[in-house]
Amino acid sequence: MAFRDLSVRYGAKQALDGVTLDVPRHSIFGIIGPANSGKTTLLKCINRTIDFATGVKLKGQVLVDGDDVLKMRNLYALRRRIGMVFPLPVGLPLSVYDNVAYAPRMAGITNRDELDTLVETCLRQAALWDEVKDRMGLLGTKLSGGQQQRLTIARALSHRPEILCLDEFSIAVDPVTTMKIEDVLVELKEKVTIILVTNLVQQAHRLADHVAFLNNSKLVEVGTCKHMFSETPRERLTFDYVRGHFG
Amino acid sequence: MADAAALTAHGVTDEGNTRFAASDVERRKLLVERIAASILGLVTCSLVLPLVGIMAVLIVKAMPVLSWAFLTQNPQKYMTAGGIWAPLVGTFYLVVLSLAVAAPIGILAGVYLNEYAGDNWGTRIVNMAVVNLAGVPSIVHALFGVGAFVLFAGMGRSVMAASCTLAIMTLPVIISSTREALAAVPQSFREACWNMGASRWQTIRTIVLPNAISGILTGVILQVSRAAGETAPILFTGAVFYVATPETGLASSLPYGLWDRCMALSYHLFTITTQVTGVSEGLSYATAVVLIGLVISVNLISIGFRVYLRGRKRW
Repeated sequence: MAFRDLSVRYGAKQALDGVTLDVPRHSIFGIIGPANSGKTTLLKCINRTIDFATGVKLKGQVLVDGDDVLKMRNLYALRRRIGMVFPLPVGLPLSVYDNVAYAPRMAGITNRDELDTLVETCLRQAALWDEVKDRMGLLGTKLSGGQQQRLTIARALSHRPEILCLDEFSIAVDPVTTMKIEDVLVELKEKVTIILVTNLVQQAHRLADHVAFLNNSKLVEVGTCKHMFSETPRERLTFDYVRGHFG
Repeated sequence: MADAAALTAHGVTDEGNTRFAASDVERRKLLVERIAASILGLVTCSLVLPLVGIMAVLIVKAMPVLSWAFLTQNPQKYMTAGGIWAPLVGTFYLVVLSLAVAAPIGILAGVYLNEYAGDNWGTRIVNMAVVNLAGVPSIVHALFGVGAFVLFAGMGRSVMAASCTLAIMTLPVIISSTREALAAVPQSFREACWNMGASRWQTIRTIVLPNAISGILTGVILQVSRAAGETAPILFTGAVFYVATPETGLASSLPYGLWDRCMALSYHLFTITTQVTGVSEGLSYATAVVLIGLVISVNLISIGFRVYLRGRKRW
C-alpha cells in the first residue's frame, strides 16, 4: 500500500502535509515521531475513520492494492481488510468470546465451529488465550487494561485483515506481554502488512523493516530500519530523534 | 509506646504540639462550614414537606371514602356518589394509546438524531422544533389537537384524538431522553465496531441499543405519569363530563371504543370539585389520592427499573 502526496486539514489546522510513502507488502513498517506529528491521522486515513472527525479536508491518494481508499464507496469492505488498534483499549460490553466473534458475525459467519476456531486463533495470537480460555463468558469490559488491549488486538485480527495498523499498542501493556505481542507481530508479517505507530523508538528499532519519521505534519525521512538507525541517516533531525537528542 | 517514641523523635509531643492547633482563621472557617452545612441541609429537607403535607391531608380526608368498591364502581347519582371506575379506565386508555403512538416515533427519531444525523441546518431545525415543542403550554397542545385531530383528521372528539394530542405533548421529552440515553454509551464502542467493518445499523443494534435501552424505557415510563396527570390537552379533544358505561360483563371492564368519548381521572377531579354541586368532600379527595397514587407508583416503577438496570451496567 502507499500514500501519495496526502494532506489532511482539520479546519485551520494542518495535520498532514504532502506525505508520500510506500509500504512494502508483508513487512513491519514503523512510523515514529513526536506527539502531534500526524501519525494517528495517517492511520485513520487508511480505513477512512478520518471521516468521523468534523471539518476534515483530504487531498492526495491512499492506495491499497492500487485502489484509492479516499474514493472508495464500500467502506465496510475496506475496513474489514484493515485491522486497527488504537492506544486506549476498548472492551466492548459483550463477553470475551462475543468481542472476538463480533466482526466475523457482522460479516455473516454463523457456523459455531468456524467461530470457535477463529476466536481461539485470534486470542492466541494476541497472547490472551491462556488468561481467558476458562472464562470466555466474562464481560470484555471487566478485563484489566492490559488484557483489554490484547482483546482489542484479537478483535483487530478477527476479520483476517491484510493490513494491521497498531497505534501505540503497548501503552497499556506490561513489558513482558509487550514482548509476547512483538513476537506475534514478527510471525504475523509473513501474512499481513503491519503498520506500527510507536513512541518507543526502540520498539521500532526492534521490529520494523522500514521506518518513517514524521515531524510537524511532514515526512522527514523514510528508509530501512538499518539506515534510519545508522550513524548516517540523510537528515540531521532523524539522527537526533532516534538518539533522543531531539527537542 | 514505640509509636509515641517515634512521634517524639519527630518532634511531635502531646504538650506543646502547636503544629496542628487551630488558628483563629481556621476556627472561623470551621464555624462557617458548620453553619453552611446545616442551612443547606435544612433547606433540602424542607423540600420533602410539601409532598408529605399534600399526601397527609389528602389521605386523611379521603380515608372514609377510599375502598375497593370506590375503585370498581362507576360514578352514580349525577357524580355525587359511587366510584371512579369509568374515569380510571379512561385514563388508562389515554396513557396506553398515547404512548403507543409517541414511544415508537420518539425513540426512532431520537436514534436517528443521535446516531445518524450530521451537524447541518436540517438537524438544527429539527432540534429547535423538539426543544420548542417541549416548551409549548399544554392548553396550546389542546387547541392544536382540536384543529389537527378532531377536525382536520376527522377523528371527532374521541379517545383516539385525545391520545394523539397527548402523544404530541410527550413526544419531545421522549426524543430528548432517548438521545441522552444513547449519548451515554461511550463513543469508543461505536468506533471500535466501525473499525471492524460493522455498519452503523449493526453497531446500533448490537452495541448501542442494548446498552441504552434502560435509559430509553425510563424516559418513556416517566411520560406515563405526565400523560395521566394532564387535563388541558384532553379537555377539548376527547374527555367528557360523563359517559354512561356498561355496569356488568366484559364491556364494563373495557367500556370505551377508540372513537368514543371517555372520562378521565384528571378531568373527573376537576368536574366534581368545581362543576357539580352536592359532591361530598371525601369523593374529590379520594379521586385525588388515586390520581397521585397512580403517578407516584409509575414513578417508583421507573426508579426501581433504573436501579435494577444500573446494577447490571456493563462497563
